[in-house]
Amino acid sequence: MDWSVIAEYYPRLLEGAWVTLQLVVLSGVIGVVLAVPMALARISEKKRFNLIPQAYIFFFRGTPLLIQIFLIYYGLSQFEIVRESFLWQFLKEPYWCAIITLGLHTTAYIAEILRGAIQAIPKGEVEACRVMGMSKFTMYRRILLPRAFGIMLPAYGNEVILMLKGSALASTITLLDLTGMARTIIARTYTPEEIYIAAGVMYLLISWLFMLFFKVLDNLFNKHRLV
Amino acid sequence: MLFDGLFDGFTAQLLAGMVMTVKITLAATVVGICLGLLGASARMSKTRPIRWLGDGYVGIIRGIPELLIVFLIYFGSTRLLMFIASQFGYNEYIELSPFIAGVIALGLTFGGYATEVFRGAFLAIHPGQKEAAEALGMSKRRIFFRIQLPQVWRVALPGLGNLILVLMKDTALISVIGLEELTRKTSMAVTATREPFTWYLTAALMYLALTVIATLLLNYFEKRSRRHEMPVQRTAVKLAEG
Repeated sequence: MDWSVIAEYYPRLLEGAWVTLQLVVLSGVIGVVLAVPMALARISEKKRFNLIPQAYIFFFRGTPLLIQIFLIYYGLSQFEIVRESFLWQFLKEPYWCAIITLGLHTTAYIAEILRGAIQAIPKGEVEACRVMGMSKFTMYRRILLPRAFGIMLPAYGNEVILMLKGSALASTITLLDLTGMARTIIARTYTPEEIYIAAGVMYLLISWLFMLFFKVLDNLFNKHRLV
Repeated sequence: MLFDGLFDGFTAQLLAGMVMTVKITLAATVVGICLGLLGASARMSKTRPIRWLGDGYVGIIRGIPELLIVFLIYFGSTRLLMFIASQFGYNEYIELSPFIAGVIALGLTFGGYATEVFRGAFLAIHPGQKEAAEALGMSKRRIFFRIQLPQVWRVALPGLGNLILVLMKDTALISVIGLEELTRKTSMAVTATREPFTWYLTAALMYLALTVIATLLLNYFEKRSRRHEMPVQRTAVKLAEG
Protein backbone atom coordinates (compact mmCIF):
# COMPACT_ATOMS: atom_id res chain seq x y z
CA MET A 1 0.00 0.00 0.00
CA ASP A 2 1.21 3.42 -0.92
CA TRP A 3 -0.36 6.00 1.33
CA SER A 4 1.46 8.94 -0.19
CA VAL A 5 -1.16 9.18 -2.97
CA ILE A 6 -3.65 10.33 -0.35
CA ALA A 7 -1.36 13.14 0.71
CA GLU A 8 -0.96 14.08 -2.92
CA TYR A 9 -4.62 13.94 -3.92
CA TYR A 10 -6.57 14.88 -0.80
CA PRO A 11 -7.27 18.46 -1.99
CA ARG A 12 -9.13 16.98 -4.95
CA LEU A 13 -11.04 14.64 -2.64
CA LEU A 14 -12.00 17.69 -0.57
CA GLU A 15 -13.31 19.33 -3.74
CA GLY A 16 -15.45 16.24 -4.28
CA ALA A 17 -16.61 16.31 -0.66
CA TRP A 18 -17.75 19.91 -1.18
CA VAL A 19 -19.90 18.84 -4.16
CA THR A 20 -21.31 15.98 -2.08
CA LEU A 21 -22.23 18.44 0.67
CA GLN A 22 -23.99 20.69 -1.84
CA LEU A 23 -25.95 17.73 -3.19
CA VAL A 24 -27.10 16.66 0.28
CA VAL A 25 -28.01 20.13 1.54
CA LEU A 26 -29.79 21.37 -1.60
CA SER A 27 -31.73 18.15 -2.12
CA GLY A 28 -32.58 18.17 1.60
CA VAL A 29 -34.05 21.68 1.26
CA ILE A 30 -36.09 20.64 -1.81
CA GLY A 31 -37.20 17.54 0.09
CA VAL A 32 -38.52 19.44 3.12
CA VAL A 33 -40.26 22.10 1.01
CA LEU A 34 -42.07 19.51 -1.14
CA ALA A 35 -42.72 17.08 1.70
CA VAL A 36 -44.93 19.44 3.71
CA PRO A 37 -47.77 19.75 1.13
CA MET A 38 -47.26 16.08 0.25
CA ALA A 39 -47.70 14.93 3.85
CA LEU A 40 -50.69 17.24 4.37
CA ALA A 41 -52.39 15.87 1.25
CA ARG A 42 -51.53 12.34 2.38
CA ILE A 43 -53.38 12.74 5.69
CA SER A 44 -56.22 14.78 4.25
CA GLU A 45 -59.66 13.46 5.07
CA LYS A 46 -60.74 13.98 1.48
CA LYS A 47 -59.84 10.72 -0.24
CA ARG A 48 -59.14 12.24 -3.65
CA PHE A 49 -56.21 14.24 -2.21
CA ASN A 50 -54.60 11.09 -0.84
CA LEU A 51 -54.19 9.40 -4.18
CA ILE A 52 -51.38 11.46 -5.73
CA PRO A 53 -49.10 11.43 -2.67
CA GLN A 54 -49.71 7.72 -2.24
CA ALA A 55 -48.76 6.95 -5.84
CA TYR A 56 -45.76 9.28 -5.62
CA ILE A 57 -44.48 7.72 -2.40
CA PHE A 58 -45.10 4.21 -3.71
CA PHE A 59 -43.09 4.92 -6.85
CA PHE A 60 -40.14 6.66 -5.22
CA ARG A 61 -39.85 4.20 -2.36
CA GLY A 62 -40.35 1.13 -4.51
CA THR A 63 -37.74 1.76 -7.21
CA PRO A 64 -33.95 2.06 -6.93
CA LEU A 65 -32.49 5.54 -6.71
CA LEU A 66 -30.10 4.65 -9.53
CA ILE A 67 -33.03 4.00 -11.89
CA GLN A 68 -34.61 7.30 -10.84
CA ILE A 69 -31.38 9.17 -11.60
CA PHE A 70 -31.08 7.50 -15.02
CA LEU A 71 -34.76 8.16 -15.70
CA ILE A 72 -34.29 11.89 -15.18
CA TYR A 73 -30.77 12.38 -16.57
CA TYR A 74 -30.96 10.11 -19.61
CA GLY A 75 -34.71 9.54 -19.85
CA LEU A 76 -36.00 13.08 -20.16
CA SER A 77 -33.80 13.75 -23.20
CA GLN A 78 -36.00 11.34 -25.13
CA PHE A 79 -38.69 14.00 -25.38
CA GLU A 80 -38.27 16.87 -27.75
CA ILE A 81 -40.54 19.10 -25.66
CA VAL A 82 -38.10 18.85 -22.78
CA ARG A 83 -35.08 19.46 -24.97
CA GLU A 84 -36.61 22.61 -26.41
CA SER A 85 -37.95 24.09 -23.21
CA PHE A 86 -36.09 26.51 -20.96
CA LEU A 87 -35.72 23.70 -18.41
CA TRP A 88 -33.22 21.98 -20.67
CA GLN A 89 -30.36 24.22 -19.54
CA PHE A 90 -30.80 22.68 -16.09
CA LEU A 91 -31.75 19.17 -17.15
CA LYS A 92 -28.70 18.68 -19.36
CA GLU A 93 -26.42 19.33 -16.38
CA PRO A 94 -25.65 16.23 -14.28
CA TYR A 95 -25.36 18.50 -11.23
CA TRP A 96 -28.95 19.76 -11.39
CA CYS A 97 -30.29 16.37 -12.42
CA ALA A 98 -28.66 14.80 -9.38
CA ILE A 99 -30.07 17.47 -7.07
CA ILE A 100 -33.56 17.20 -8.58
CA THR A 101 -33.61 13.40 -8.38
CA LEU A 102 -32.21 13.26 -4.85
CA GLY A 103 -34.70 15.95 -3.84
CA LEU A 104 -37.70 14.14 -5.34
CA HIS A 105 -36.48 10.87 -3.84
CA THR A 106 -36.03 12.19 -0.32
CA THR A 107 -39.38 14.04 -0.55
CA ALA A 108 -41.18 10.70 -0.56
CA TYR A 109 -39.35 9.53 2.56
CA ILE A 110 -39.64 12.83 4.43
CA ALA A 111 -43.37 13.00 3.61
CA GLU A 112 -43.84 9.61 5.27
CA ILE A 113 -41.77 10.67 8.29
CA LEU A 114 -43.74 13.91 8.57
CA ARG A 115 -47.05 12.07 8.25
CA GLY A 116 -46.02 9.77 11.10
CA ALA A 117 -44.98 12.76 13.20
CA ILE A 118 -48.26 14.64 12.63
CA GLN A 119 -50.25 11.55 13.49
CA ALA A 120 -48.18 11.07 16.65
CA ILE A 121 -49.32 14.41 18.08
CA PRO A 122 -51.81 13.73 20.88
CA LYS A 123 -55.46 14.28 19.90
CA GLY A 124 -55.91 16.60 22.87
CA GLU A 125 -53.72 19.27 21.29
CA VAL A 126 -55.88 19.38 18.18
CA GLU A 127 -58.99 19.59 20.32
CA ALA A 128 -57.44 22.36 22.41
CA CYS A 129 -56.77 24.35 19.22
CA ARG A 130 -60.38 23.92 18.16
CA VAL A 131 -61.62 25.05 21.54
CA MET A 132 -59.45 28.17 21.24
CA GLY A 133 -61.25 28.86 17.97
CA MET A 134 -58.19 28.54 15.73
CA SER A 135 -58.68 28.17 12.01
CA LYS A 136 -57.26 25.06 10.44
CA PHE A 137 -54.46 27.05 8.80
CA THR A 138 -53.41 28.72 12.06
CA MET A 139 -53.56 25.40 13.85
CA TYR A 140 -51.15 23.81 11.39
CA ARG A 141 -48.89 26.84 11.21
CA ARG A 142 -48.67 27.60 14.93
CA ILE A 143 -49.17 24.24 16.61
CA LEU A 144 -49.12 21.06 14.53
CA LEU A 145 -46.26 21.63 12.08
CA PRO A 146 -43.76 22.98 14.66
CA ARG A 147 -44.68 20.09 16.95
CA ALA A 148 -44.30 17.62 14.09
CA PHE A 149 -40.85 18.98 13.19
CA GLY A 150 -39.76 18.42 16.76
CA ILE A 151 -41.03 14.86 16.73
CA MET A 152 -39.57 13.99 13.33
CA LEU A 153 -36.11 15.48 13.94
CA PRO A 154 -34.27 12.24 14.86
CA ALA A 155 -35.86 10.34 11.96
CA TYR A 156 -35.08 13.24 9.65
CA GLY A 157 -31.45 13.12 10.74
CA ASN A 158 -31.30 9.46 9.73
CA GLU A 159 -32.84 10.32 6.38
CA VAL A 160 -30.17 12.98 5.74
CA ILE A 161 -27.44 10.40 6.44
CA LEU A 162 -29.14 8.04 3.98
CA MET A 163 -29.19 10.82 1.41
CA LEU A 164 -25.49 11.40 2.01
CA LYS A 165 -24.95 7.76 1.11
CA GLY A 166 -27.36 8.02 -1.81
CA SER A 167 -25.58 11.07 -3.21
CA ALA A 168 -22.67 8.78 -4.17
CA LEU A 169 -24.88 7.57 -7.04
CA ALA A 170 -24.47 10.98 -8.67
CA SER A 171 -21.02 9.77 -9.70
CA THR A 172 -22.70 7.39 -12.16
CA ILE A 173 -23.91 10.35 -14.24
CA THR A 174 -20.36 11.75 -14.50
CA LEU A 175 -20.68 14.17 -11.60
CA LEU A 176 -17.43 14.65 -9.68
CA ASP A 177 -18.72 14.27 -6.15
CA LEU A 178 -16.59 12.51 -3.52
CA THR A 179 -17.08 9.09 -5.10
CA GLY A 180 -16.75 10.43 -8.64
CA MET A 181 -13.55 12.26 -7.72
CA ALA A 182 -12.18 9.09 -6.11
CA ARG A 183 -12.87 7.15 -9.32
CA THR A 184 -11.16 9.83 -11.42
CA ILE A 185 -8.08 9.79 -9.21
CA ILE A 186 -7.96 6.00 -9.30
CA ALA A 187 -8.18 6.00 -13.08
CA ARG A 188 -4.95 8.03 -13.03
CA THR A 189 -3.00 6.45 -10.17
CA TYR A 190 -4.45 2.95 -10.08
CA THR A 191 -4.49 2.77 -6.28
CA PRO A 192 -8.08 1.73 -5.58
CA GLU A 193 -7.65 0.59 -1.96
CA GLU A 194 -5.94 3.76 -0.70
CA ILE A 195 -8.22 6.27 -2.42
CA TYR A 196 -11.49 4.44 -1.71
CA ILE A 197 -10.53 4.07 1.94
CA ALA A 198 -9.66 7.78 2.10
CA ALA A 199 -13.01 8.64 0.49
CA GLY A 200 -14.78 6.31 2.93
CA VAL A 201 -13.15 8.04 5.89
CA MET A 202 -14.31 11.40 4.50
CA TYR A 203 -17.86 10.09 4.18
CA LEU A 204 -17.68 8.88 7.79
CA LEU A 205 -16.49 12.31 8.95
CA ILE A 206 -19.28 14.05 7.03
CA SER A 207 -21.90 11.70 8.46
CA TRP A 208 -20.58 12.32 11.98
CA LEU A 209 -20.80 16.05 11.36
CA PHE A 210 -24.44 15.66 10.31
CA MET A 211 -25.20 13.49 13.35
CA LEU A 212 -23.63 16.11 15.62
CA PHE A 213 -25.57 18.86 13.89
CA PHE A 214 -28.88 17.05 14.39
CA LYS A 215 -28.05 16.29 18.00
CA VAL A 216 -27.48 20.00 18.64
CA LEU A 217 -30.66 20.85 16.72
CA ASP A 218 -32.60 18.28 18.70
CA ASN A 219 -31.40 19.79 21.97
CA LEU A 220 -32.35 23.29 20.83
CA PHE A 221 -35.69 22.34 19.37
CA ASN A 222 -36.88 19.83 21.93
CA LYS A 223 -35.46 21.19 25.17
CA HIS A 224 -38.90 22.28 26.33
CA ARG A 225 -40.40 18.88 25.72
CA LEU A 226 -41.05 16.90 28.86
CA VAL A 227 -41.52 13.46 27.33
CA MET B 1 -44.55 5.95 -30.24
CA LEU B 2 -43.49 5.59 -26.66
CA PHE B 3 -44.10 1.88 -26.38
CA ASP B 4 -43.04 0.72 -29.81
CA GLY B 5 -40.64 -2.16 -29.72
CA LEU B 6 -41.63 -3.20 -26.23
CA PHE B 7 -41.53 -6.85 -27.19
CA ASP B 8 -38.52 -6.75 -29.47
CA GLY B 9 -36.67 -9.27 -27.41
CA PHE B 10 -35.31 -6.73 -24.94
CA THR B 11 -38.18 -7.60 -22.64
CA ALA B 12 -36.86 -11.14 -22.43
CA GLN B 13 -33.43 -9.70 -21.61
CA LEU B 14 -34.97 -7.56 -18.88
CA LEU B 15 -36.75 -10.56 -17.42
CA ALA B 16 -33.43 -12.43 -17.32
CA GLY B 17 -31.98 -9.41 -15.52
CA MET B 18 -34.86 -9.54 -13.07
CA VAL B 19 -34.04 -13.16 -12.25
CA MET B 20 -30.44 -12.14 -11.56
CA THR B 21 -31.67 -9.32 -9.31
CA VAL B 22 -33.71 -11.82 -7.30
CA LYS B 23 -30.76 -14.22 -7.09
CA ILE B 24 -28.38 -11.61 -5.79
CA THR B 25 -30.98 -10.35 -3.30
CA LEU B 26 -31.41 -13.83 -1.86
CA ALA B 27 -27.66 -14.53 -1.73
CA ALA B 28 -26.87 -11.20 -0.07
CA THR B 29 -29.72 -11.72 2.42
CA VAL B 30 -28.21 -15.02 3.55
CA VAL B 31 -24.72 -13.48 3.91
CA GLY B 32 -26.19 -10.43 5.63
CA ILE B 33 -28.23 -12.44 8.15
CA CYS B 34 -25.12 -14.43 9.15
CA LEU B 35 -23.12 -11.20 9.51
CA GLY B 36 -25.99 -9.58 11.39
CA LEU B 37 -26.16 -12.43 13.92
CA LEU B 38 -22.38 -12.29 14.35
CA GLY B 39 -22.50 -8.51 14.70
CA ALA B 40 -25.30 -8.62 17.25
CA SER B 41 -23.46 -11.24 19.33
CA ALA B 42 -20.32 -9.10 19.13
CA ARG B 43 -22.14 -5.97 20.27
CA MET B 44 -23.68 -7.83 23.22
CA SER B 45 -20.42 -9.59 24.11
CA LYS B 46 -18.95 -9.22 27.60
CA THR B 47 -15.45 -8.82 26.17
CA ARG B 48 -14.76 -5.19 25.44
CA PRO B 49 -12.58 -5.46 22.28
CA ILE B 50 -15.18 -7.69 20.63
CA ARG B 51 -17.86 -5.17 21.49
CA TRP B 52 -15.73 -2.42 19.94
CA LEU B 53 -15.37 -4.51 16.82
CA GLY B 54 -19.17 -4.82 16.53
CA ASP B 55 -19.68 -1.09 17.18
CA GLY B 56 -17.03 -0.19 14.63
CA TYR B 57 -18.61 -2.44 11.99
CA VAL B 58 -22.05 -0.87 12.41
CA GLY B 59 -20.62 2.67 12.54
CA ILE B 60 -18.63 2.22 9.34
CA ILE B 61 -21.47 0.60 7.40
CA ARG B 62 -23.91 3.33 8.43
CA GLY B 63 -21.64 6.16 7.30
CA ILE B 64 -20.18 4.90 4.01
CA PRO B 65 -22.17 4.78 0.75
CA GLU B 66 -23.07 1.33 -0.54
CA LEU B 67 -21.64 2.28 -3.93
CA LEU B 68 -18.23 2.95 -2.37
CA ILE B 69 -18.34 -0.42 -0.58
CA VAL B 70 -19.17 -2.13 -3.88
CA PHE B 71 -16.18 -0.42 -5.55
CA LEU B 72 -13.89 -1.12 -2.62
CA ILE B 73 -14.73 -4.82 -2.59
CA TYR B 74 -14.61 -5.25 -6.35
CA PHE B 75 -11.50 -3.21 -7.20
CA GLY B 76 -9.77 -3.41 -3.85
CA SER B 77 -10.03 -7.12 -3.21
CA THR B 78 -7.66 -8.23 -5.96
CA ARG B 79 -4.45 -7.23 -4.20
CA LEU B 80 -5.60 -8.64 -0.86
CA LEU B 81 -6.67 -11.94 -2.41
CA MET B 82 -3.45 -12.26 -4.37
CA PHE B 83 -1.44 -11.54 -1.23
CA ILE B 84 -3.29 -14.26 0.70
CA ALA B 85 -2.97 -16.69 -2.21
CA SER B 86 0.75 -15.97 -2.57
CA GLN B 87 1.22 -17.08 1.03
CA PHE B 88 -0.04 -20.47 -0.10
CA GLY B 89 2.23 -20.45 -3.14
CA TYR B 90 -0.40 -19.49 -5.74
CA ASN B 91 0.79 -16.62 -7.89
CA GLU B 92 -1.79 -16.34 -10.70
CA TYR B 93 -4.01 -13.27 -11.16
CA ILE B 94 -7.17 -13.45 -9.05
CA GLU B 95 -10.25 -11.31 -9.42
CA LEU B 96 -13.65 -11.54 -7.77
CA SER B 97 -16.54 -12.00 -10.16
CA PRO B 98 -19.03 -9.10 -10.07
CA PHE B 99 -21.61 -11.47 -8.58
CA ILE B 100 -19.41 -12.52 -5.66
CA ALA B 101 -18.17 -8.97 -5.08
CA GLY B 102 -21.74 -7.68 -5.15
CA VAL B 103 -22.98 -10.33 -2.73
CA ILE B 104 -20.13 -9.56 -0.32
CA ALA B 105 -20.62 -5.79 -0.55
CA LEU B 106 -24.41 -5.84 -0.17
CA GLY B 107 -24.18 -8.61 2.43
CA LEU B 108 -21.83 -6.41 4.47
CA THR B 109 -24.28 -3.50 4.24
CA PHE B 110 -27.27 -5.68 5.10
CA GLY B 111 -25.32 -7.19 7.99
CA GLY B 112 -24.53 -3.79 9.48
CA TYR B 113 -28.17 -2.78 9.64
CA ALA B 114 -29.31 -6.31 10.58
CA THR B 115 -26.94 -6.18 13.57
CA GLU B 116 -29.13 -3.49 15.07
CA VAL B 117 -32.34 -5.37 14.26
CA PHE B 118 -31.07 -8.60 15.83
CA ARG B 119 -29.68 -6.82 18.87
CA GLY B 120 -33.07 -5.23 19.50
CA ALA B 121 -34.74 -8.61 19.06
CA PHE B 122 -32.39 -10.35 21.50
CA LEU B 123 -32.98 -7.62 24.06
CA ALA B 124 -36.75 -7.99 23.56
CA ILE B 125 -36.69 -11.54 24.87
CA HIS B 126 -37.34 -11.62 28.58
CA PRO B 127 -34.12 -12.43 30.48
CA GLY B 128 -36.16 -14.76 32.70
CA GLN B 129 -36.30 -17.25 29.82
CA LYS B 130 -32.54 -17.49 29.64
CA GLU B 131 -32.35 -17.85 33.40
CA ALA B 132 -34.99 -20.57 33.33
CA ALA B 133 -33.04 -22.43 30.64
CA GLU B 134 -29.86 -22.09 32.67
CA ALA B 135 -31.67 -23.40 35.72
CA LEU B 136 -32.67 -26.43 33.66
CA GLY B 137 -28.99 -27.02 33.00
CA MET B 138 -28.95 -26.19 29.29
CA SER B 139 -25.61 -25.31 27.78
CA LYS B 140 -25.03 -21.80 26.43
CA ARG B 141 -25.06 -22.99 22.84
CA ARG B 142 -28.23 -24.90 23.38
CA ILE B 143 -29.94 -21.91 24.95
CA PHE B 144 -28.95 -19.83 21.94
CA PHE B 145 -30.25 -22.27 19.33
CA ARG B 146 -33.28 -23.67 21.15
CA ILE B 147 -34.59 -20.78 23.22
CA GLN B 148 -33.30 -17.46 21.91
CA LEU B 149 -32.92 -17.85 18.15
CA PRO B 150 -36.44 -19.19 17.39
CA GLN B 151 -37.96 -16.22 19.18
CA VAL B 152 -35.51 -13.73 17.73
CA TRP B 153 -36.69 -14.63 14.22
CA ARG B 154 -40.19 -13.71 15.14
CA VAL B 155 -39.33 -10.34 16.66
CA ALA B 156 -36.76 -9.47 13.98
CA LEU B 157 -38.88 -10.38 10.96
CA PRO B 158 -40.53 -6.98 10.33
CA GLY B 159 -37.19 -5.19 10.60
CA LEU B 160 -35.44 -7.73 8.40
CA GLY B 161 -38.26 -7.44 5.87
CA ASN B 162 -37.64 -3.70 5.50
CA LEU B 163 -33.93 -4.38 5.07
CA ILE B 164 -34.64 -6.92 2.33
CA LEU B 165 -36.72 -4.34 0.45
CA VAL B 166 -33.89 -1.82 0.76
CA LEU B 167 -31.38 -4.46 -0.35
CA MET B 168 -33.41 -5.32 -3.42
CA LYS B 169 -33.22 -1.72 -4.59
CA ASP B 170 -29.51 -1.56 -3.74
CA THR B 171 -28.81 -4.47 -6.10
CA ALA B 172 -29.08 -1.89 -8.90
CA LEU B 173 -25.67 -0.63 -7.73
CA ILE B 174 -23.97 -3.81 -8.85
CA SER B 175 -24.74 -2.87 -12.44
CA VAL B 176 -21.86 -0.38 -12.22
CA ILE B 177 -19.32 -3.19 -11.87
CA GLY B 178 -20.84 -5.00 -14.83
CA LEU B 179 -23.15 -7.64 -13.40
CA GLU B 180 -25.98 -8.20 -15.87
CA GLU B 181 -28.92 -7.64 -13.58
CA LEU B 182 -32.04 -5.64 -14.32
CA THR B 183 -30.44 -2.18 -14.38
CA ARG B 184 -27.49 -3.29 -16.52
CA LYS B 185 -29.76 -5.06 -18.98
CA THR B 186 -31.89 -1.94 -19.17
CA SER B 187 -28.86 0.24 -19.92
CA MET B 188 -27.96 -2.18 -22.71
CA ALA B 189 -31.45 -1.91 -24.14
CA VAL B 190 -31.17 1.89 -23.94
CA THR B 191 -27.88 1.90 -25.84
CA ALA B 192 -29.42 -0.23 -28.56
CA THR B 193 -32.75 1.56 -28.96
CA ARG B 194 -31.91 5.14 -27.85
CA GLU B 195 -35.16 5.24 -25.91
CA PRO B 196 -33.94 5.87 -22.38
CA PHE B 197 -37.23 6.96 -20.84
CA THR B 198 -39.22 3.98 -22.14
CA TRP B 199 -36.72 1.42 -20.87
CA TYR B 200 -35.85 2.96 -17.55
CA LEU B 201 -39.57 3.36 -16.84
CA THR B 202 -40.10 -0.30 -17.74
CA ALA B 203 -37.30 -1.25 -15.36
CA ALA B 204 -38.80 0.95 -12.65
CA LEU B 205 -42.15 -0.83 -13.05
CA MET B 206 -40.38 -4.19 -12.85
CA TYR B 207 -38.68 -3.15 -9.62
CA LEU B 208 -42.06 -1.99 -8.32
CA ALA B 209 -43.52 -5.41 -9.16
CA LEU B 210 -40.66 -7.10 -7.30
CA THR B 211 -41.22 -4.81 -4.31
CA VAL B 212 -44.93 -5.62 -4.24
CA ILE B 213 -44.31 -9.37 -4.45
CA ALA B 214 -41.66 -9.20 -1.73
CA THR B 215 -43.97 -7.15 0.50
CA LEU B 216 -46.78 -9.67 0.09
CA LEU B 217 -44.45 -12.59 0.88
CA LEU B 218 -43.06 -10.80 3.93
CA ASN B 219 -46.57 -10.03 5.17
CA TYR B 220 -47.44 -13.70 4.81
CA PHE B 221 -44.39 -14.80 6.79
CA GLU B 222 -45.00 -12.18 9.43
CA LYS B 223 -48.55 -13.38 9.89
CA ARG B 224 -47.36 -16.98 9.96
CA SER B 225 -44.71 -16.17 12.55
CA ARG B 226 -47.42 -14.84 14.84
CA ARG B 227 -49.74 -17.83 14.46
CA HIS B 228 -48.79 -19.09 17.92
CA GLU B 229 -50.03 -15.92 19.50
CA MET B 230 -53.54 -16.29 18.16
CA PRO B 231 -54.92 -19.13 20.30
CA VAL B 232 -53.87 -17.24 23.41
CA GLN B 233 -55.69 -14.15 22.25
CA ARG B 234 -58.74 -16.16 21.37
CA THR B 235 -58.79 -17.74 24.81
CA ALA B 236 -58.40 -14.32 26.36
CA VAL B 237 -61.35 -13.01 24.38
CA LYS B 238 -63.44 -16.03 25.33
CA LEU B 239 -62.59 -15.53 28.99
CA ALA B 240 -63.48 -11.88 28.78
CA GLU B 241 -66.76 -12.67 27.12
CA GLY B 242 -67.43 -15.12 29.93
